Amino acid sequence: MGQFGIGQPVRRKEDTRLLTGAGQFTDDIELDGQAWAAFVRSPHAHARLLSVDPSVAKAMPGVIAIYTGADFAAAGVGRLVNDADYKNRDGSPMRKPTREVLPTTHTRFVGECLAIVVAETQARARDAAEAVEIEFEPLPAVAGGMRALAEGAPLVWPGLGTNEVVHWEYGDAGKVEALLAGARKRVSVDLVNNRLAPSPMEPRVVAARFDAADGQLTVWSPTQGGRRIQQMLAKLLGIPAAKSRIISIDTGGGFGVRSKMYPETVCVAFAAKTLGRPVKWRGDRAETFVSDYHGRDQVNHAEMGFDAEGRVVAMKLATMVNVGAYLSENGLRLPMDGGGRIIPCVYHVPEFYFSVRPTFTNTVCTDTYRGAGRPEANYITERLMDKAADAFEMSREEIRRRNFIRPEQMPYKTHLGFEIDSGDFDGTMNMALEAADWKGFEARRAVSEKRGKKRGIGLAVFIEGAGSRPLEGMRVRFEDDGGVTVIAGTYSHGQGHATVYSQLVHEFLGVDYDRVALVNGDTANSPETSIGTFGSRSSMVGGMGVKQACDAILVKARKIAAHLLQTEAERVVFEAGVFSAGAGGVTIDEVARASRDPARLPEGVTPGLDEETTYKGDSENFPNGAHVVELEVDPETGVIELLNYVAVDDCGVVLNPFIVHGQVYGGVAQGVGQVLTEDVVYDEAGQLLTASYMDYGMPRAAHMAHIDARFNVVPSKSSWLGVKGAGEAGSCGAPPAIVSAVADALRGYGVRHIDMPLTAERVWRAIEAAKSNKAA
Amino acid sequence: MLYDVKMTVNGAAVAGQVEARTLLAQFIREHLRLTGTHVGCDTTQCGCCVVHVDGVAVKSCTMLAVQAVGRSITTIEGLAAADGTLHPMQEAFREHHGLQCGFCTPGMVMMAVDIARRKPGADEKTVRHELEGNICRCTGYQGIVEAILDGSAKINAARINSAEA
Amino acid sequence: MHNFDYHRAASLADAAAKLKGAEDGKLLAGGMTLLPTLKNRLAQPSDLIDLADLGDMRGVSIEGDEVVIRAMTPHFAVATSLEVAAAIPALAALAGNIGDPAVRHRGTIGGSVANSDPAADYPAAVLGLDATVVTNERSIRGDDYFLGLFETALRPGEIITSVRFKKPKRAHYLKFRHPASGYAVVGVMVAQFAAGTRVAVTGAGPCAFRVKAMEEALDRSFTPAAVADIAVPHADLMGDIHCSAEYRAHLVKVYARRAVEALTA
Repeated sequence: MGQFGIGQPVRRKEDTRLLTGAGQFTDDIELDGQAWAAFVRSPHAHARLLSVDPSVAKAMPGVIAIYTGADFAAAGVGRLVNDADYKNRDGSPMRKPTREVLPTTHTRFVGECLAIVVAETQARARDAAEAVEIEFEPLPAVAGGMRALAEGAPLVWPGLGTNEVVHWEYGDAGKVEALLAGARKRVSVDLVNNRLAPSPMEPRVVAARFDAADGQLTVWSPTQGGRRIQQMLAKLLGIPAAKSRIISIDTGGGFGVRSKMYPETVCVAFAAKTLGRPVKWRGDRAETFVSDYHGRDQVNHAEMGFDAEGRVVAMKLATMVNVGAYLSENGLRLPMDGGGRIIPCVYHVPEFYFSVRPTFTNTVCTDTYRGAGRPEANYITERLMDKAADAFEMSREEIRRRNFIRPEQMPYKTHLGFEIDSGDFDGTMNMALEAADWKGFEARRAVSEKRGKKRGIGLAVFIEGAGSRPLEGMRVRFEDDGGVTVIAGTYSHGQGHATVYSQLVHEFLGVDYDRVALVNGDTANSPETSIGTFGSRSSMVGGMGVKQACDAILVKARKIAAHLLQTEAERVVFEAGVFSAGAGGVTIDEVARASRDPARLPEGVTPGLDEETTYKGDSENFPNGAHVVELEVDPETGVIELLNYVAVDDCGVVLNPFIVHGQVYGGVAQGVGQVLTEDVVYDEAGQLLTASYMDYGMPRAAHMAHIDARFNVVPSKSSWLGVKGAGEAGSCGAPPAIVSAVADALRGYGVRHIDMPLTAERVWRAIEAAKSNKAA
Repeated sequence: MLYDVKMTVNGAAVAGQVEARTLLAQFIREHLRLTGTHVGCDTTQCGCCVVHVDGVAVKSCTMLAVQAVGRSITTIEGLAAADGTLHPMQEAFREHHGLQCGFCTPGMVMMAVDIARRKPGADEKTVRHELEGNICRCTGYQGIVEAILDGSAKINAARINSAEA
Repeated sequence: MHNFDYHRAASLADAAAKLKGAEDGKLLAGGMTLLPTLKNRLAQPSDLIDLADLGDMRGVSIEGDEVVIRAMTPHFAVATSLEVAAAIPALAALAGNIGDPAVRHRGTIGGSVANSDPAADYPAAVLGLDATVVTNERSIRGDDYFLGLFETALRPGEIITSVRFKKPKRAHYLKFRHPASGYAVVGVMVAQFAAGTRVAVTGAGPCAFRVKAMEEALDRSFTPAAVADIAVPHADLMGDIHCSAEYRAHLVKVYARRAVEALTA
């Protein structure tokens, strides 16, 4: 509908505010009379707490209070629990230690909160935090997941007798092994999905106020929608959920890591409640590095067997995921619930065996980070396909083509029980190959060769599962001034929901785009059935929530309009915001006004036109795409330079291409980060060596190439809108495409794979090793 | 000990009392309550805090408030015209989707204006290099780079026009 | 950050007196290294003495065959100085590639040279361009200046006032940026003088150093081939999670050769 309807590249209505410094991030909020918090953090990866003595610190100027684990235990603060219920292969339950908000006996990773100090200023709080005396008995620690599973490794939870959370499996190992053994070709890969720091640009901040008169706790913090945090916080502090309110006005990036409940949130809320005084904590970047949950950290062994035509007969996959010292909300689930939804990705694999070993280590927890299990899964299948192409001496596109799930096989039931409703993997790949001039590559390789550079081209075809937990409440309200407000529990922190939801309301109700506003980020007014924004779900669940509310509005509005026009509802036509019958017409705004006046309503119609509905879908959606990257490697230094990046994505129906392209670019950059520059490194003693941007390689503008983003639109059947989530595609495509391109560039040396991140030194070493192998 | 500081911020004379350790970014945010300037790291890497000091881009997290005495500071709040008309660089960021969450944006825009001043006619590669000290986690930089190329062209065309007029 | 007392020096003598009078005073120039160090609570000076008001400590001049850069001159001014660009283009280019634009607006040559960060760029120029570090007390030859990790020949209370670089026949500086911080993992300055060639390296070792074997080879034959096979022993070099000592040694060799290539192309 015109320039503001579905599918239009509408510029964002959020931007003017954010561009003029008028955003309201949590640290921008000052509460009357607020005190400041600082945390005492563990310097040890693993230690017994012999004593925690805050007495010297408490006596320092400006110090208001200090709370330790003992104080929390005495106050009855609850524990952070995990509600997963995976079974071991033998049917026994998974190991489920719970987490004290502030530990009382042991600390299990560097940076763990051990005490909260509250003082008049931030500087005073930090000074006092340094003065809290803690006596530790250091214990052996283990940071690497594979090391933690080795015989004799230090135990994170000695009482459990193992670091393995669970050894879960799917499929028939014997049958798959037999098929692999009998396959014409059998290929295997051993891969590292490196550990990443999600690193939203806004460090973590919490501010809390408790109103003793009515028992109301209000917490401001960057989130991805506060509903779950509200509920968890209430439970931990023993207050009714209705008395717990979470507000996020603006949030400086989420990426999965801001959807979580952290001990700092509980501590600040506890302090505010106990002191009856507002308390604020602003984490610095170093604290954010040690305490924000990390992402990825899997080690995978995978094998595929093929028949004579290069068709997969079976696959097996063994995954270790390092979950850190405690069970976070989702960390251990990611291989099964995240990647498991789609594995083995875009390929038809008749028999599949999958085993997962989530593993405790003395590191901060891992949890969801852009893609959350799906980038890992796609990386595995794409590396296998490249290996198979080598084995068959077949092109990388041909081996994929022979194995794609075909449109006529859809809906296609995945091994772990999900249903891929749509997708045109071959067509999408062909578009990408064409856009990247795949066929003309050899001529470009020759040009680079003359300049002493090794040029490579890489391909990745991937699939995603988006819109998980398809349930979301949405409210649409008519304002007295003729405007319409969408009140959502999804929460826009960069995705442009105010713009997209306005487009939808404009499309469905004909209300001027500029007259539509979004209210979100406050559990006090968001619908009870809302969950939030994560897993690329808001375009589908939020969009369908808006659609459903608008549909209900129109049903009622039509009745009222008919009454006003003195005709039958069936004779009323609705177009562009106007109900008409014959010569007469009323605008939806006029109907909304009339709806508030009982005298103007037909019989049996309740006053008001506002609607709150809950969208409940049957399934999620499956965005997919094909990315092609071209790059040069400097063979003397190992430096990789990206030259061209083509991203063809099937995000279903595109509500706003301008915004969806932005999601693709950002996802690709995070994928480029994983494959080229980013790596969270703990040393063997569990000290974090990458706790600043001096050591943790964030991708910069110069690391990126211009991205040519295109769409192959195959509408999803999962919802009326036909959308597929767009947020996580880029992070799935970039890692396998780039590794494939580097391997292609170094084909002449015989280098066929390098583990992520492909730092210059690693690439150089791979080349040197290959050269000396050849010489030998 | 507290120090008296006086400086010009967004054209207005301001004064305050600060500790020696108070950073310019803190003074701007906490004393003046101009919260558009953000702090995203501790190591002078991310650039969320970039402001102009006497017309050039500076990381306000790595300058003491006492060092800024007598200087003229421009923050993101001082960039648009008094009537609210966006600065051409702000407009270019809006037009090219140069922001998503908006946290790095103020520093990014202030740096962009500085790039336009120092490097008129810069090509894409130069702009990417000039962004060495500004990190964005959302946009993949593509919209930012496009915005700077476009905004810079418009700013410099206007500058030439006004010089010719 | 721990608190401290702040002073503005009115003159060089005043700065020296204030520094002497402080319990544990530090000079504040651009603050690009000092302030992050304080913010991370890695140092706790009692006093900072700000040199910002010493206008005569700022600026660039050409004196005979030397480029004189006064200590408080920011990198940006060096990078954009037409005089520096005409006399020693490699020096202007080096300054224009330090840190990022905002850092170049504040960071000064005096601060950088006094601090002697192993990954800073200027030390390669000090050694490579046979510079003299001038202080309020004396002149120190560049070759005698860098002693170790964050360790220089400066005595307590000594204040750098300028750095004098000799104008070479030709010079070129190349740096390999650290993927996270942007600092030099390896920076190589190759400068040819009538008296001989200098090859100075920063980033790779605990402090900047010269590679005599390369210098002698280039004096025999100023060609890329002359240095292509001269290995730098990596035993004394630094390594971190991004770049091992062995890789740094390799980069020194490659970048030295490429610098000569750039000069002879």
